[in-house]
Amino acid sequence: MNWLTEPFHHEFMQRAFLACALIGFTNGFLSAFIVLRRLALMADALSHALLPGLAVGVMLFGLTPLSLFSGALVAALLVGLGAELISRSSRVKEETALAILYTVAFSAGIVLLSFAPVRVELHEYLFGNILGVSNADLWTTYGISFVTITTLVVLQRPLFLMLFDPSVAATQGVKVGLLNYVLITLLVLSMISSLQAVGVILALGLLVAPAATVYLLSDSCAALFWGGGLVGAFGSCAGLLISYWLNLPAGACIVLLLGLMFSVAYIFSPRYGILRHFFNRGHLHRESLERWEKKL
Amino acid sequence: MECPIHLRNLAASPSLNFNPSFSPVHHHLQIQDLTVSYNRVPALHHINLDIACGHCVALLGPNGAGKTTFFKAVVGLLKPESGSVSFHGHEAGRKIGAAAYLPQRENVDWDFPLTVRGLVETGCYLRLGIWRKFSAEEHRNVDAALAAMHLEDLADRQISALSGGQQQRAFLARSLAQNAHVFLLDEPFAGLDKKSQESLGETLKQIARNGNLIIASHHDLRNVPDFFDRVIFLNGELVAQGDTASTFTGENIAKTFSTPAFSGTRREN
Repeated sequence: MNWLTEPFHHEFMQRAFLACALIGFTNGFLSAFIVLRRLALMADALSHALLPGLAVGVMLFGLTPLSLFSGALVAALLVGLGAELISRSSRVKEETALAILYTVAFSAGIVLLSFAPVRVELHEYLFGNILGVSNADLWTTYGISFVTITTLVVLQRPLFLMLFDPSVAATQGVKVGLLNYVLITLLVLSMISSLQAVGVILALGLLVAPAATVYLLSDSCAALFWGGGLVGAFGSCAGLLISYWLNLPAGACIVLLLGLMFSVAYIFSPRYGILRHFFNRGHLHRESLERWEKKL
Repeated sequence: MECPIHLRNLAASPSLNFNPSFSPVHHHLQIQDLTVSYNRVPALHHINLDIACGHCVALLGPNGAGKTTFFKAVVGLLKPESGSVSFHGHEAGRKIGAAAYLPQRENVDWDFPLTVRGLVETGCYLRLGIWRKFSAEEHRNVDAALAAMHLEDLADRQISALSGGQQQRAFLARSLAQNAHVFLLDEPFAGLDKKSQESLGETLKQIARNGNLIIASHHDLRNVPDFFDRVIFLNGELVAQGDTASTFTGENIAKTFSTPAFSGTRREN
């Protein structure tokens, strides 16, 4: 049993484990909204768009959580709103505008980083460094998790109405536009908290895969939110341990594990898995046969 | 043929009647000089209507006549360029929840992880607000709405595992739980087989008899008299409206469907 407890003897592993649980749960919880609102592409774009914001934040205010956060938020909002502005004011569709803006923003970020006074490892930004989590990072993560989950739980009814049908929600008095901005802001927040752990690229995996997995297993919305959180937390923690035992990069192990869980659900889900579709083809015929017999 | 939908439950359950203090007969949906536009291009011109509750009204017109625009304006989703929509003395959009809009079936995400009961419960959210817990009364309200639409046995099904007619009834149940007074239905009969159409028609009549106002856009002219007791002919502007018996005439149909939608360059009386 030594191998099981051994990782926890190190303080950096304890911190990493705690960070994984928090980030995994928060991102997993949020992933329900991203899957149902079909924001995956948007999330991808935002994750890249954060880079120039971070660079400018570091250049102007130094390397602090607040400077990173404000820079990232401004950059994400500029890209998100810019895409909407372009799609509304021209014939270019929103995905196209989003793709142009985020690649441009990402490139600008790379150029800007070379002027940054502090050396920022692009590799760490992309893939994170969970083992280097400091106490301050942990507190930031804790704060972001608390704000995100509280907001989502408090606003669950209007959010739910908006997710199901935005225009009908508006007739029921839901401020759809405002809620959308709240959701995007929370998305950016949790990306920032994932930055240290798995990096922005892999954060996307944590922000989509958990709920997508549960979506294949359950028809309950509550299960999607809380189950997404649990799958995210479990996947992150287990992935971290696997990476420790096998001496592999942590972020990649976490996302691979989440991908594996998704594949299992995709293939074996009792209700929506492909195996069931494959083996349950007799259904249609049986029903029509019964009808035919009834007529005779 | 025995009719599967007879809403004894609906009539019997007092919780489903809208606030009894205002009696349905005196209720009117009043639309005065309503003009609605998209980017300053009007889609509906100077509509004047006064419809009493307790009727089943068909909204008829060719594609592009502004039927969906009409619904969106009544329910407050679109801001009118001019004119007003009021119900029971309240401006539309102010008294949120009095009108329920039932979207076309193809505009609903049927894969959404939601059961029939969950869908009906969303009708209560407006009253409950963000915080308040579901009271026993609200649970009864939901049960009554499910019973009225004969969905008790299907309450725990995911919404995609329903037939087309059952899906329409599930959305009607949600509007009942919302205590909506005006039901606006976008092509409710589209894609239903004859039997489901008949039972849905009977359901709508029953809801109207309970003092509510049903307005449904409809494209199958053959069965209008079976399902609706009033008609509105719309073609960019109001062509005609009134009792089905007197207004649903070949002349009005021809006027509505064989002329291009009124675009504002020509004004007739």
